[in-house]
Amino acid sequence: MELDKLRFGTELLKRGFAKMQKGGVIMDVTTSEQAIIAEEAGAVAVMALQAVPADIRKMGGVARMADPKIIQEIIDSVTVPVMAKVRIGHFVEAQILEAIGVDMIDESEVLTPVDEFHVIKSKFTVPFVCGARSLGEALRRIKEGAAMIRTKGEAGTGDVSEAVRHMNLIMGQIRTLEGMNEAELMMTARDIQADYALVCECAEMQRLPVVNFAAGGIATPADAAMMMQMKADGVFVGSGIFKSENPSVMARAIVDAVNNYDDPTKLFEISKGLGDPMKGIDIGTIPEEEKLQARGW
Amino acid sequence: MIGFQGAVSEHVSAMERALAGRGSVVEVRRSGVVPDCDGLVLPGGESTTISRHLDRTGTGEEIKHAAGSGVPIMATCAGLVIISSEVERETRFEPLGLLDVKVKRNAFGSQRESFEADLDVAGFQSPYHAVFIRAPAITDRSDTVEVLAEVDGLAVAVREENLIGLAFHPELTTDLRFHDIFLDLVREG
Repeated sequence: MELDKLRFGTELLKRGFAKMQKGGVIMDVTTSEQAIIAEEAGAVAVMALQAVPADIRKMGGVARMADPKIIQEIIDSVTVPVMAKVRIGHFVEAQILEAIGVDMIDESEVLTPVDEFHVIKSKFTVPFVCGARSLGEALRRIKEGAAMIRTKGEAGTGDVSEAVRHMNLIMGQIRTLEGMNEAELMMTARDIQADYALVCECAEMQRLPVVNFAAGGIATPADAAMMMQMKADGVFVGSGIFKSENPSVMARAIVDAVNNYDDPTKLFEISKGLGDPMKGIDIGTIPEEEKLQARGW
Repeated sequence: MIGFQGAVSEHVSAMERALAGRGSVVEVRRSGVVPDCDGLVLPGGESTTISRHLDRTGTGEEIKHAAGSGVPIMATCAGLVIISSEVERETRFEPLGLLDVKVKRNAFGSQRESFEADLDVAGFQSPYHAVFIRAPAITDRSDTVEVLAEVDGLAVAVREENLIGLAFHPELTTDLRFHDIFLDLVREG
């Protein structure tokens, strides 16, 4: 077996990587100390950031890719995969993250977008995850090369209601495809501005063709278990861990909740005495123009 | 099928195809199920995460007991790390110590270095197309461990009595030859 006969960065490898994350919790971290806490709690991967979304919201200004030095330190401190975020459309930030050696790139609405077009992700060796609010949005990202989808929810709020809404919408739209004939599927593809072949794949499989996680506002074990019962393949927890009173306890509880998502008795044990979750912001009080989920199309 | 985390549904459907109705697959996410199984599969996922779940639920001990009494086990990728005896530069979790090998995690690099390759496998008539995702590799082994395939001088498929360890993902392709070896072991048992 010679190394020059190997094939890198294929669709199978990218989507396969995402499959290895299934049933897991991916946690936002800003330092190597936090990364170790997350790994110790059982996180399946960590997302390296300069600031968690709740703080990004508070700080205002332009949010960009994290300092590569922080990302490098986090990579060196854990064995689980390390992901990092780029601004929507910022293909050079993505090139830099690929050069650092991150395992997956999140083209994220949490950061300030630089282009109305998203990164053409199929050109990269490293896989991408992208946020979506609807089936059309999810399939547009997959067509661009995303190997994993997550709901957008509303990051940094600790209010899971938008993640619930996006998951309901995506799953509901997939259900309506069942039993449609070719002409109807074609019409749907046109209506939701998505690739026809991908729409057919969803109709056939009755799920997205890539791994689909829940994200945006998950703050408690119950939130995480609810998203799993709604057929998420796993969850991202952003501010919910390190903005809670006791991060390591909350982190472990959310991991255990994802594993026992369909067992209310276990969830009761897991949810007991965790201290205060992040305080959060009610979605209803956020003006439309300040919602992060509206970034991207 | 140890089903705490990772490519569980892919492994279940690959195994169901290999079984073709001659047996059933159950997902294990709590203690008490492993003792009733005729064969065990540890799928790929994140080894640190899966091993946390094995510890917390007591399933790890059950797997050790089953392996000791001769139950066939197929462990892929993270599963291979978990059943090994030693993990290079690892202090934060104990592998189960079933397969007498030393493994190196992410032996080929990060996800950027993940690859597909056609492997020559001992006993196979034609190459086996294998998918390596942040794959481990075997850097040392006892003489009782038989090497079935190598990449760049590192063992990536091995067998020791009732145990099969694979550094790649047989659940992500349609070639079921490793599943067939495993199921033969189960039937012999």
